[in-house]
Amino acid sequence: MPGTQTLVNELVTKLKKRRVEGSQETALLTAELLRSVISQLKVPPTNQAETLIEAVKSVGELLVAANPVELAVGNIVRRVLHIIRDEDFSVAISSAGGDDRETAEQNGFRVQTVAAGPPSRSPSLHAILDRTPDSERAHHSSRDGDSFEGKGKSADRNAESWKLKHDVIRAVNELIEDINSCHEQIAEQSVELIHQNEILLTFGRSRTVREFLCAAKEKRRSFRVFVAEGAPKYQGHALAKDLGARGLQTTVITDSAVFAMISRVNMVVVGVHAVMANGGVIGPVGLNMVALAARKHAVPFVVVAGPHKLCPLYPQNPQVLLNEMRCPSELLQDGEFSDCMGVCNGSGNPLLNVVNPAFDYVPPELVSLFITDIGGYNPSFMHRLIYDYYSADDLDLQKRSNS
Amino acid sequence: MPPQRKGAAARVSEDTEDLTRHPLQAILLADSFATKFRPITLERPKVLLPLVNVPMIDYTLAWLESAGVEEVFVFCCAHSKQVIEYLEKSEWFSQPNFSVVTIESHNSVSAGDALRLIYERNVINGDFVLISGDTVSNMSLTQVIQEHKERRKKDSNAVMTMVIKQSKPSPITHQSRLGTDELFLAIDPQTKQLLFYEEKTDSYRGIIPLDNALLGDNPSICLHNDKQDCYIDICSQEVLSLFTDNFDYQHLRRHFVKGLLVDDIMGYKIFTHEIHSSYAARIDNYRSYDTISKDIIQRWTYPFVPDVMFSGNSATHLEREGMYRASEIEQSRSAHIGPFTVIGKGTKIGNNSNISNSVIGKGCSIGSNVSITGSYIWDSVTIEDGCDIRHAIICDGVVIKSGAALEPGVVLSFKVVIGQQCIVPSYSKVSLYQQPTVEDSDEELEYADNSSGTVDSSITCTVDTLNREMMSETPASQLGPGGVGHVWSICEGAHEEEWRHSVAPIPADKLAEAIQSLEDDLELLNLDGNALSVSGELKSGCNGTDSEDDDVEDSRDDSIIYEKEVEATFLRAVNENIKVPDVILEMNSLRLSYNMTSADCAGAIFYAMMKQALEIPHATAGELRKSAASIIDAWNKLLKFYSKEIDDQIEVIMKFEEMCLESVKEFSPHFSQILHLLYDKDILEEDAILRWADEKKDAEESDKVFVKQSEKLIQWLREASEEED
Repeated sequence: MPGTQTLVNELVTKLKKRRVEGSQETALLTAELLRSVISQLKVPPTNQAETLIEAVKSVGELLVAANPVELAVGNIVRRVLHIIRDEDFSVAISSAGGDDRETAEQNGFRVQTVAAGPPSRSPSLHAILDRTPDSERAHHSSRDGDSFEGKGKSADRNAESWKLKHDVIRAVNELIEDINSCHEQIAEQSVELIHQNEILLTFGRSRTVREFLCAAKEKRRSFRVFVAEGAPKYQGHALAKDLGARGLQTTVITDSAVFAMISRVNMVVVGVHAVMANGGVIGPVGLNMVALAARKHAVPFVVVAGPHKLCPLYPQNPQVLLNEMRCPSELLQDGEFSDCMGVCNGSGNPLLNVVNPAFDYVPPELVSLFITDIGGYNPSFMHRLIYDYYSADDLDLQKRSNS
Repeated sequence: MPPQRKGAAARVSEDTEDLTRHPLQAILLADSFATKFRPITLERPKVLLPLVNVPMIDYTLAWLESAGVEEVFVFCCAHSKQVIEYLEKSEWFSQPNFSVVTIESHNSVSAGDALRLIYERNVINGDFVLISGDTVSNMSLTQVIQEHKERRKKDSNAVMTMVIKQSKPSPITHQSRLGTDELFLAIDPQTKQLLFYEEKTDSYRGIIPLDNALLGDNPSICLHNDKQDCYIDICSQEVLSLFTDNFDYQHLRRHFVKGLLVDDIMGYKIFTHEIHSSYAARIDNYRSYDTISKDIIQRWTYPFVPDVMFSGNSATHLEREGMYRASEIEQSRSAHIGPFTVIGKGTKIGNNSNISNSVIGKGCSIGSNVSITGSYIWDSVTIEDGCDIRHAIICDGVVIKSGAALEPGVVLSFKVVIGQQCIVPSYSKVSLYQQPTVEDSDEELEYADNSSGTVDSSITCTVDTLNREMMSETPASQLGPGGVGHVWSICEGAHEEEWRHSVAPIPADKLAEAIQSLEDDLELLNLDGNALSVSGELKSGCNGTDSEDDDVEDSRDDSIIYEKEVEATFLRAVNENIKVPDVILEMNSLRLSYNMTSADCAGAIFYAMMKQALEIPHATAGELRKSAASIIDAWNKLLKFYSKEIDDQIEVIMKFEEMCLESVKEFSPHFSQILHLLYDKDILEEDAILRWADEKKDAEESDKVFVKQSEKLIQWLREASEEED
């Protein structure tokens, strides 16, 4: 069995060398790695949750540092941390540790064997508010375990540790499932949003957008799609090809033609790199321009995003690297400019400089609607979703190491 | 858990499948076999020199790894211990699916030796990538290897594919931005076969000697001077055996590539692959070090840029305007850090210091009011207050005391100390080591690095004691009070060329000089032309070659050579008593090969005859005239053959006039007599003389000397013709 360390190193190198492209793939790889980290971790009988959290945090920290631009890594790490806390909490609720720990373990074991189903997979604000009374109630209702006291202590202990791990792994599996199936979940909502004979505009290339549009097509909606090509990577070309192959009426336009075309468009649908806690989004460069054009003409600007894109951080957080400067040769070939590249002015600054940012930030005011796998939300509602998915203790992954 | 393991297993099986198909290997030469980076390379091998705070070899290895190479043989020679130690400490030995094997040698002096040694080891079993450890690239190898393999299937003689990239050389200095000489390549545009490779040419005229067969054998060739050799080669196994067979191959390009191109017995072929949007360049000299550093900072080499941790480098953040900062930097509020600057971990920067376009390594301490521009400062350097550093390379552990200044192009090797208020002149190289004696700076200098490298390693053990000795020895005057180090004297020949390869930008005066010399050269060419056309303006008119300026220049060149040839032929004819018809035959062939008119011929032959007459010893002017007459008499037929037309005859007169004016002034008093003689001998017709006189009517006074001199003859001819009428 490959050691956890090698697996971690493998992903860290991959991320470092920017060999993983796309946030969904990154998210899946991260989640799978964390799952194997958890499954291979030897959990001590006490402080299980703490140990798991420690382990996941230390791995997560490495992963985040390897590619700070890819926010999906941090999102998944935080999600997993939240899952651990959540499971620990639910175990605590169900076991309702009495005066001695054995009882609690007994109880936990029983709950597990009974397989009473997860009490609350994604606890709402209610669950959090109810925490104290809940646990107290559990505390009171845990008297029946006493009769088992003294029987098979060690076996129980193993079972209990196994129980938490098992639950966590099951929840992580569900998360992976969610990420894998988010496209279908989002696509299902397309019929409600896309109407007959509408004209849509999209920008760059996003698998979610593609599935979203194709799902509507399959439901026999007839509509037209404008695809802005998304310089300098021109991923719009690939998207247009895909859509054309799927039988959609597609028109490719240059990025600079967006404003000219926007007045004919009924809705803008885009995929993004990440959704921030304030409802702002980070997307491919040029997206802000599209959003502004849409606002100017009062065209709805809809963002489709899977669960892994939800980032609990705010864009003004100094830890959030909003942008990545990519290779200038995507813009122009240095060979052709080789004679002017060497030229410097008096102070040695090069006269020709090429900047190729990868991302753009679109403020929440410009976004009309988010379509996630669990439904449509307003930008102002994003923080609510985030508090359902993440716990506030995990927001700062790196802070712990500095102290 | 089960799906996870399955995924991993699938990945592994995929990799093993790759392995059985083509385990891609690479040979990395961790020795440049050159001395361009001296004196730094006396103490540390070139591949370990930091390039934007990361050793060069890391760029090469990281690229090889990302390009899918699975096995790398690192050939270490000079300072091999240091290279191996570094690799052991780094994480390169522990990478999955990427094995690094070192091959150590102590007696290799060239790339040829290295490849012969690797051949003996018998470790390469297929196509391999051959590069040196100072290459920075981000290109994908898939396509080029695919192309190479397909070509090999069709033609087993296609042994090598060379990667090239567009790069325009400067028209003024005739070097690329990497500081290498202008490169001339001839490539078959269809097959991309390399047909010709020449690095240095007659820089001003741009004359490239091309083999005729090259043009004959290939239906079309493309000649490029705007390509850059990336020194990334995809080679077949045969390349190694070729090196073994030809034990005199040393240099990869100068011997091997040219050898294969010239020698067509075996029929081995080299092909090229041009990359467009990816980056590839080799650090050959200080200028390319500077250029490539700048390219890295401007992210052309993405993902091998400072803020991506592709090797064991420390985390660095990219800030506005291309400023990279590592952690734990202590920077004064008043310090100003300009764009395109990299600052290493734990560096301290004092008040009011100004840094721009520079790379600063780990743990440096920079005082107040320091100004640093375009410089490369390595690790643990101390720069005290008020220093001024421009376009310098400063190695580890250097101390620059307060108020010192480095002029552009300075290289300070390890642990040198520059004294207070000292000004180091531009292009100086300072090292703790004495400059090696001139002995090894003979022809083999190119390969001397290694031989002396082994000597160096024996020195290193005693370096400390040496240092102490040297400290007392060093004349303080050169490096200021308290200065430690030897200033290397620049050898005579290299001094002029120093600016070409330095880190400093080409100074304005050198540039102006180069432009000036370029213009001078053009002017010289024009002057050549003018010299001829003083009287030859008309001549060129009759030549009909004044179609284009370039053509005129060329034909001027040609006509000078032609005249010399004619003279030599004539001389031979006189000495060996060759008969007139035979001489005419020879003259004709000369005329055809230089594409000259018969007028040119007549002029040239007459010129040769007069020269010959001058050669015959003569005491008085009369004798000279007599000998001229006798020669004209003897070679009457020859001259007549070429001066049948009036135009040809006029040309002869012009030529004669020109001669009298410039080269052979002895004839000037006899102009009219000889003219008369030529008339008598029926070489010149009266029409020719009269027309010549007519043409000269409007000429300047100075041009009319000879017309006046022969006034009598012309008068007489005129009267005679009138009488006839």
